[in-house]
Amino acid sequence: MKKTLLEFTDSGIYCPKADVYLDPWRPVSKALISHAHADHSRWGHQHYISHEFSTPIIKHRLGGVEIASKKWGERFSIQGVHFSFHPAGHIVGSSQIKVEHKGETWVFSGDYKTYDDGFTTPFEPQKCDVFITECTFGIPSFKWPRQDLVFEQIQQWWKENAEKGITSVLFGYSLGKAQRLSFHLREEVGPLLLHPVIHAHNEVVGSVKSLPHHQKLDKNIDPKKLKTALILAPPNAQDSSWLKKWMPYKTAAASGWMATRGARRRRGYDTGFVLSDHADFYELTNAIKATEAQHVICTHGYTDIYSRFLNSRGVYATTADTPFEDEPVTTEEEKP
Amino acid sequence: MKAFSQLIASLDQTTKTSEKIAALANYFDTATNQDKVWVIALLSGRIPPRAINTRLLREWAAELSEIEPWLFEETYHIVGDLAETIALLVHNAQPKKSSTTPLYSILNRLHTLKTEDETKKKAYVLSFWKQNDYLSCFAFTKFFTGGFRLGVSQRLMTKALEKSTEIPADELAMKLMGDWDPRTISFDKLVIAKEDAAQEAKPYPFFLAYPLEEAFDALGEATQWAIEHKWDGIRAQLVYRGGAVYLWSRGEELVNHQFPEIEAIQDQLPVSCVLDGELLAHDKNKPLSFGALQKRLGRKNVSEKLIAEYPVVFKAYDLLEYDQKDMRSQTYEVRRTLLERFNFNGKLLLSERIMPQHWDQFRAEKERASEVRSEGLMLKRLDSIYQVGRKKGGWYKSKVDPLTIDAVLTFAMRGHGRRSNLYTDFTFGLWRENEDGIAELVTFAKAYSGLTDKEFAAVNQWIKKNTVARFGPVRQVNPELVFEIAFEGISKSGRHKSGYATRFPRILRWRTDKSAEEANNISDLEYLVIE
Repeated sequence: MKKTLLEFTDSGIYCPKADVYLDPWRPVSKALISHAHADHSRWGHQHYISHEFSTPIIKHRLGGVEIASKKWGERFSIQGVHFSFHPAGHIVGSSQIKVEHKGETWVFSGDYKTYDDGFTTPFEPQKCDVFITECTFGIPSFKWPRQDLVFEQIQQWWKENAEKGITSVLFGYSLGKAQRLSFHLREEVGPLLLHPVIHAHNEVVGSVKSLPHHQKLDKNIDPKKLKTALILAPPNAQDSSWLKKWMPYKTAAASGWMATRGARRRRGYDTGFVLSDHADFYELTNAIKATEAQHVICTHGYTDIYSRFLNSRGVYATTADTPFEDEPVTTEEEKP
Repeated sequence: MKAFSQLIASLDQTTKTSEKIAALANYFDTATNQDKVWVIALLSGRIPPRAINTRLLREWAAELSEIEPWLFEETYHIVGDLAETIALLVHNAQPKKSSTTPLYSILNRLHTLKTEDETKKKAYVLSFWKQNDYLSCFAFTKFFTGGFRLGVSQRLMTKALEKSTEIPADELAMKLMGDWDPRTISFDKLVIAKEDAAQEAKPYPFFLAYPLEEAFDALGEATQWAIEHKWDGIRAQLVYRGGAVYLWSRGEELVNHQFPEIEAIQDQLPVSCVLDGELLAHDKNKPLSFGALQKRLGRKNVSEKLIAEYPVVFKAYDLLEYDQKDMRSQTYEVRRTLLERFNFNGKLLLSERIMPQHWDQFRAEKERASEVRSEGLMLKRLDSIYQVGRKKGGWYKSKVDPLTIDAVLTFAMRGHGRRSNLYTDFTFGLWRENEDGIAELVTFAKAYSGLTDKEFAAVNQWIKKNTVARFGPVRQVNPELVFEIAFEGISKSGRHKSGYATRFPRILRWRTDKSAEEANNISDLEYLVIE
């Protein structure tokens, strides 16, 4: 049987001709990394190749690993196969990985959104024969509102809490969502304070893309300042003793999952803001159309439903099992 | 409509009772009287008639959002709530403005819409969906799909109304009971006006028991209490005023038509009165199972045959009104003494009480629960008055331990609503030998609740790795995991493949110590059945 350009193996998405893996989930010798989120960039590979913006973040998360950095669109060859990184718009440095060999082109999307969030390098559609896509939000009830309206809602919520002297705690994933929020939220009624993990991520991301400076929240905080503050914290801080120190507060989460009331209540947030770094159903569909791919492989999210939808629209689609966040909202919100 | 949508948003954004009351009270302070009557109606379950069936709503929503019906259904299954699914699909993400049509006029329109033809209905609904934002679409669609709860109980709504009008909540609860029509009644008449003596059908708000969790010692002397059995029927009030009987269920529904034989009780009643008691399926000597009573529920017409087959009685345990006098501020002892002078036979029976000298009698009586077909015991303090709602101190209930059995997980379905992204709806099987003598699993119950979030996460991980087949939202899994299933009752049933129907099944614990082979057999159920 003729080998395909990319195949799904126990260790990850594998290119047999070049003997490299894309976002492998078991230790391998050579790994191309789409972005720095933990389930895509794992520990234990011998050589990493990633976009230059991802490199410092991966180093921050994994320590002293060996990483070769590439620029957007820079073509490089491994054993005669051409590879290149193209913006995926998901988080800083997130890339689609294009693989070309003898006139055949595959694109692995990693995670992506096509909406230009004003901070992340915007998604650039790539024509290809086979497109490997995520579909985290691949059902039509996910239809993102414009982000300026969402930021307005957040500012309003923050203001209402501040007027009552109650701290606002906003949960967002520490890499990606937190920077998007840090970049856009305005300190109109009080200070924006960062959870230490987010503060550390902001420092690293700030080294490749400039971010406004925000104070790290620690015990030296002036209690008066706290009353009007918005604390940006990762979702897993929700039940932490660290958070309890700043009582009283109201909680909210910024996530695509907040579109449904059930998901918000399940996590016990007071308020939810619909803000996602993944493509909604309609973005996915438009992105896939733009690739002109003859074959689409859905890797994670509502893969069964979304691939059936694509087939019903005349796009040949299949699914592949990967450990990339396959059924969302388990214990961590919008884990990449 | 805008204020109402915002009310829904604020109710939805908090789990704290005090904040819900504040949001509602704020609405009652600012809304028009006409709208207020409707909000009271909606939050007390008086929803407008279904002007459009949900099949049509689904079709139209799928059509408007340009998706196939199967995709609509899959999406609905994941979102969990029909109105929410529709609103998410059809709402206008950039509406010009929120709907300015007053709430009452939309709800009145739904009454007239019911009789109009389908084309007009469709035009009306689609035009609303196209023009409005998510929240307005959600509220609007809820009017057709029903179940307007939003975590607001009638009690909570009454509290908010008290805050806004300064009329005591108990008085309001009384006023809001019974039959009234939000289209015709004014806010003044419903809420503000002094109680109208003519409304003689009205029941009293029920007094509810607290679960007995404390040690008995905390209750003081046994001699201060009376013991009754907790009957496995439907809580009801029998109102006899002006020569007529009104039978009210706890859901404040008039149920006379479902139990026509109960009306005969009036011949046994000495004066006008209100009795608190239990509607119970009952043959000559003994209560029947709840299953028997269920045969009588939710029917428009009750045949003679059905009445003969599943006879129902009213088992009285309290007297709330006697000869036009409200007895609720009298002690239980006084009320019971008077009640016990009534003539009990035929359809009107007395729930007997035991006056314990020592708490041991309570324990001994509880052992007898299944023998007398009760689901446990009630404890009532002799000097307690009849209060409104669930209050501590006066009445306690103590249920007998549930029946349990170990069953194997066979299918899992994605949850609805709160857990819409997890597999939470589980089907369980018990072993049975088929004709060839091979053991197979037969579905015996479905259960939803009972596991912690952590256990759910672990079971979900397992389900994903152990899926044998997929049917839409349902996964068939390897028959490996064993769970202890608890249920309140079990009866034989021709409708279920297992031959048994269980009442209120739920997961008690995950038996990680047991393998599938060690789970129970269908025949083990036989011993649990109460004939």
